[in-house]
Amino acid sequence: MRPLTPRRIALICGGLGAILFAVVVVSLRVGAYPISVQDIAMTLFRGAIHHWDSIPPDYSNVIFEIRLPRIALGILVGAALSVSGGSFQALLRNPLADPYVLGVSSGAALGAIISLAWFPHQVWTMQALAFLGALTTIASVYFLGRRGGQLDSTTLLLAGIITASFLSAVIMFLMTTISGRELRGMAFWLMGDLSNPPEIGLRYLYPILLIAIGAIYTTSSDLNLILTGEEEARHLGVNVARVKLVVYVGASLLTGLAVSVSGAIGYVGLVVPHVIRMIFGSDHRLLIPASALGGAIAVALADTLARTIVAPTELPVGAMTAIIGAPVFIYLLKRRLA
Amino acid sequence: MSAQGQPMPPAGQTVAAGYMQNPVRLLVEQASFAYAAAGREAPEFTLGPVTFSARQRELVAVLGPNASGKSTLLRLLSGEVKALSGRVELDGTPPSQLSLRERAQRVALVHQESSLLFPMYVWEYVMQGRYPYGHRLRFEGQADCLLAENALAQVGAKLLIDRRMDRLSGGERQRVILARALAQQPLLLLLDEPTRHLDIGGKVELMRRLRELSEQSRYTVIVVTHELNLAAEFFDLIVLMQRGKCVAAGKPADVYRRELLEQVFETPLEVDRAPSGRPRVILRGGADTAEIADEAAGASSDPAPKN
Repeated sequence: MRPLTPRRIALICGGLGAILFAVVVVSLRVGAYPISVQDIAMTLFRGAIHHWDSIPPDYSNVIFEIRLPRIALGILVGAALSVSGGSFQALLRNPLADPYVLGVSSGAALGAIISLAWFPHQVWTMQALAFLGALTTIASVYFLGRRGGQLDSTTLLLAGIITASFLSAVIMFLMTTISGRELRGMAFWLMGDLSNPPEIGLRYLYPILLIAIGAIYTTSSDLNLILTGEEEARHLGVNVARVKLVVYVGASLLTGLAVSVSGAIGYVGLVVPHVIRMIFGSDHRLLIPASALGGAIAVALADTLARTIVAPTELPVGAMTAIIGAPVFIYLLKRRLA
Repeated sequence: MSAQGQPMPPAGQTVAAGYMQNPVRLLVEQASFAYAAAGREAPEFTLGPVTFSARQRELVAVLGPNASGKSTLLRLLSGEVKALSGRVELDGTPPSQLSLRERAQRVALVHQESSLLFPMYVWEYVMQGRYPYGHRLRFEGQADCLLAENALAQVGAKLLIDRRMDRLSGGERQRVILARALAQQPLLLLLDEPTRHLDIGGKVELMRRLRELSEQSRYTVIVVTHELNLAAEFFDLIVLMQRGKCVAAGKPADVYRRELLEQVFETPLEVDRAPSGRPRVILRGGADTAEIADEAAGASSDPAPKN
C-alpha cells in the first residue's frame, strides 16, 4: 500500500520538469543555425537579467524570436492536448478517447476557420469559436455514442471517427471555396503545425491553459471513482453531473485553445496519458499534472524532430505525432479486444 | 412526505420493550415507485407497495423471479430514487433527501461486478470507500489506510492488499468489492446478487461473513439473491417479490409456504425442514415429471410468460 502524497506528486512533476528543460535546451541548440549549449545558457541568462545589449544579435534573433516562441507554443499545445485526452478517457470510460480521434480537434479547427474567414483580425474570436466547435463536437459525439441510454465504447469511437472525417471534409470544402483569403494551409488545420506563430500573444494563452487544467484538477478525486463506473461513483457520493460539466467544458477549452494556434495535432492526447499511467498509475491527482508535463515534452520533442529530421525541409509536427501515435492506438485497440 | 415523517416516532418504539435498545433502522412502508425504463417506448414498470422494516444486525433477503422488481427495490432503498408514495426511512430520514455524500456515509451498495478501465491496486480500490469522508482532493491519511486495511481484514482478504484488481479470481474480487463497501462505514449494506459468480463454497462463506459482519459492526444487510435455501438458512427476514409487488414479508418459516413459492416461481416445489429447523426448498419431481410442471403452471393464477 502506497497512498499518493503531495510530496510524491511534487517529486515526479519536478523530475518531468527537469526532462522538459533538457528537451528545451536540445531544441534550442539544433537547427539550421546551431548554437552551442554554453552560448544558449549565456543568452538565456543575459535575457533573464535583462542585459539584452550584451547578447549577439544573431543569437538573440534565433533564440528569442524564432526558437523559443515555437517551443513555448509546443509546450502549450502538448499540455492542453494531453490533459484533454486524459480527461476524455476517464469520463467517456474509453481508453482510446482522444480529442483528435473523437473529432473534437476537427470541430475546433472548423470553428477557427470560420472565424478566420468571416471575422478576420478580431482578438479572441478564433479561440472562442474553436472552443465552441470543440464543445459542440464532443456533445454530439457523446449523444451519437449512446446505445439504449448507455455509452457504448465501440459506438462512441465509430461516432467520433465518422464525425472527424465529416468535419475534415467540411474543412476542405471551406478551404477550397473561400481560398484567396489568409486561412493558412490545409495541412495546418488537418495535421497540425507549429511553424506559424499565432497572432495572439502566448502570454494571453498560458493563463487560460492553467485555469482550464486547474478546473479539471479539482475533479481529479472524482475522476478516480468514475473509472470504476458512473453509477458506482454516484453511490460513493460523487456528483457525476457536475464533474461531467466541468471536465467537458475544461477539456473542450483546452482542445479549442490548442487547435486555434497549432491546428489539429493528433494522438498526443491518446499516447501521453497512457504512458504516464503505465509508469505512475492512474490516480488523476498525479495523472493530470504529469500528463501536462509529459505532453509538453512529447510535442516539444516531436517538433524538434519534425524541423530537423529532413532539414532543410520541415515536416508538420502532426505528421510526427501520427507516425508514433497511430501504431500505439492500434496496439491499445488490439489489447483491449483481446 | 417528510413533513409527516419527522414528528412520528419510529415504528420500533411501539413494539416490545426488549427492542428499545435496537430500534428500527430501515423502515419501508407502503413504498411504491414507477418509471419508464430507458427510452420512451419501453413499458412503464411499477413497484410496490412494499412494506417491511429491519433493525440493526438483521439480514434481509429479497427473493423473486427475474424482473420482479428486486433491483428497483434496492434503488429505492439506496435513495437513488424517491418513493412515489409511502415512506422509505433510514434512521428516520428518507435516504433520497440526503446529499450524495451523506448518503454514501450511510448506505453502501455492492454491485455484482466492478468494471475497471485501467489497472488498479486492491488498496486503491478499497480506499475509494473513504471518498465520502474526504474533502475534495484531500489525500488519504493514516486513519483511512487503517480503515481500508481493517475492511480487507474483515472480509479475509488482507493478503490481497498489494495485488492488482484485474489479477484476482472471481471470489477474491467479490471480497474486495465488499471491503470497499465496508470502508464506507455504512449503516445499511445493500448487495445486488453477490453470489452470482461464486461456487457453493464461496456462497456459504459469503453468507457466513455477512452474518458475522452484521453482528460485529451492527450493519443492516439487504441482499437480492436467487438462493432460496441459503436465504432461509442465514437470513432473519425474507421479502418475496413478484411482478413488482411484494407478495410476502416476514420470517423464513412464515414466507416459505409451498403454494406461495410455487405460484411465485412457477415451478413445482416442496418445502420441508432442514436440520437447523429452518425451511428448505426442494424441487418436486424431476426431469421426467413434466405433467406436474404443467399442472403447477395451470394452477398459478396468472400464467404470464416468463422472461
